[in-house]
Amino acid sequence: MCGTCGCGSDNNGPTILKPGEHKHTHGEHHHDEHGHSHDHNHHHHDGHTHSHGHHHDNHTHDHQHKVLEIEQDILQNNQVLAARNRGYFEAKNIFALNLVSSPGSGKTSILERTLADLKNDISFYVIEGDQQTLNDANRIDKLKIPVVQINTGKGCHLESDVVYDAVKKLEIKDNSILMIENVGNLVCPSMFDLGENKRVVILSTTEGEDKPIKYPDMFHTADICIINKMDLLPYVNIDIEKLKNYALQVNPHLQFFEMSATKGEGMEKWYEWLKNPS
Amino acid sequence: MHELSIAMSIVKIAEDETAKVKADKVSKIELEIGVLSGIELDSLNFVWEMAVKDSVLENAEKKIIIIHGKGKCVDCDTEFEMENIYDCCPKCNSNFKGILQGKELKVKSLEIIQN
Repeated sequence: MCGTCGCGSDNNGPTILKPGEHKHTHGEHHHDEHGHSHDHNHHHHDGHTHSHGHHHDNHTHDHQHKVLEIEQDILQNNQVLAARNRGYFEAKNIFALNLVSSPGSGKTSILERTLADLKNDISFYVIEGDQQTLNDANRIDKLKIPVVQINTGKGCHLESDVVYDAVKKLEIKDNSILMIENVGNLVCPSMFDLGENKRVVILSTTEGEDKPIKYPDMFHTADICIINKMDLLPYVNIDIEKLKNYALQVNPHLQFFEMSATKGEGMEKWYEWLKNPS
Repeated sequence: MHELSIAMSIVKIAEDETAKVKADKVSKIELEIGVLSGIELDSLNFVWEMAVKDSVLENAEKKIIIIHGKGKCVDCDTEFEMENIYDCCPKCNSNFKGILQGKELKVKSLEIIQN
């Protein structure tokens, strides 16, 4: 069974497409099998062979029970492949951002506005992650920015192996910024390192101010917190200071940007940071 | 529901490790899961049966060792129990802390049956 989406067959796993490309890419199932770099797994097969032959009652089955001390991190495979991505980014001087948020907080709108305003200064590439449709990739494609769409099927987050495949497909030039828009979900993507330089969590003013403590893992692992839809502030019941305090309680190192991607307010500070990230 | 993907990673580790020693069944698996790891045990248990079906882990006993959370305040060096990742220092209320334990997510051991 497929681990990302839980599907029974290999044909419903993640697909990676460029706008205009057709599906049915003979169901390439990219959950990475290539390049297992099993380094040292501390594999103490030193055989505690408790061969207790269970001689109670009458049946004497004499197969041995042997305990293998594995001590392996369950996320190791994802981390190894994330490290590979990170090395690739570093070698090519690619600054990679992993954008995470709940659905509808404005990830794609922030991207669109940012790309449109900065594309003459910075070379951008985009990876879009969604369960279904090429809609987001098509929005980015309209801006003439190279983009690939990962459709995760039933999967709720991106993992480093699909990102690796998407990165290869993008053929990124040196000295670029790669924006990886994760699947809209404030829970699952938090555990999966993609090899990004910085993780950006986006919240909008229409969400509750207690989001950071309701979904602490995501805020704990993020570096940047964008508060979007600031133009709606007069109409919604949210205390921005309280939100920030909650977020800082989870992660005292968070850096904030407040903006409205649709109106364009507050984008300048974000742009300055993108040009000179600290 | 990233727990499914976690469960599948566990199956992969078990499959790889048993293949190395040419065993085809696991009778017991021990996992270490920290309370701050981001895993919902209910969800993991919910997807487990489905994930291990037709694998070396099918019918294996699953033992989960829960690791409690512990942090150390960066400002006053107090060590304290953590239930949530956002718990602050009980002594000085600082949010700056190092997590000493509780983020674990490991396959600790496999008990295999060799014929």
